[in-house]
Amino acid sequence: MAPAVSAAFLSSLVEAVEALTIVLAVASVRGWRPAGLGALAGLASLGLIVLALGPLLDRVPLHALQLVIGVLLLLFGMRWLRKAILRAAGVIPLHDEELAFATGTAALREQAHHGTRLDWLAGLAAYKAMLLEGLEVVFVVIAVGAGRGLLLPASVGALAACALVAAVGFAVRRPLARVPENTLKFTVGIMLSSFGVFWTGEGLGVPWPGADLAILGFAALFLVAAVAAVTLVRSRAIEALP
Amino acid sequence: MKTLINIFRELAGLFIDDGLFALAISVVVVLAAIVAAIAPAVPIAAGVVLLVGCLGVLLGNVTWETV
Repeated sequence: MAPAVSAAFLSSLVEAVEALTIVLAVASVRGWRPAGLGALAGLASLGLIVLALGPLLDRVPLHALQLVIGVLLLLFGMRWLRKAILRAAGVIPLHDEELAFATGTAALREQAHHGTRLDWLAGLAAYKAMLLEGLEVVFVVIAVGAGRGLLLPASVGALAACALVAAVGFAVRRPLARVPENTLKFTVGIMLSSFGVFWTGEGLGVPWPGADLAILGFAALFLVAAVAAVTLVRSRAIEALP
Repeated sequence: MKTLINIFRELAGLFIDDGLFALAISVVVVLAAIVAAIAPAVPIAAGVVLLVGCLGVLLGNVTWETV
């Protein structure tokens, strides 16, 4: 149960920071009304999607569900891990929430300068951020919790992360730039990729040695591969310098 | 409509960033499924293909970035 809860918690932490950064950027330029309304509308849409699609999960055959979720989890987790490796190796720039906040506010101010209907656009930006990042959280919760009766613990992990980010974010009223995002994404990428291999294998009928404990072994292998990749890519990048 | 298309694009982007990378992962999954189908007596073989394939795709893709 602990790997599912921690995977859901850490993944949700990253997504919540990203959503909050955009909502705070909107609020700092156009005030809390459009930001709050947009964010609430996003949460309401998210709630409706979960209520509408959640009960369908029970009707899908377990192996099919494991296979589909496993493959999506592999695509999702390995994408994060790939980017985290390239960022750690210095091939692509680190994702900076301060920069994202500044870029977001600058874009909104630019629109204001051109006299566009800002409140509506600002609300839409907050709505989209909340809906998309929220969907990622929902996906992670379903992926790590469905099929094994762990939906509730995974949901608790995700909700705890969202509540933590919301509380800290609204207390400091600034993006949570001090959250070491790439380290988190590195960790989460490893965990989600490990879950992805496990679920995909289960969906294909693979009897993993050690059952659920195999996930820890996969995580160790992904960690070793990722650290080796960072070292290799970094040394190649240095060699390529003029 | 445009907003919906943008949202759909962003949703697809959650899973597919580098098209070749996503394709390589899908190929590994298909290979593992084929192994599972043709060697049901050795079900762990599909797991080995899946795990080694995913690690190989990851290492191959990130090192390819610096070539």
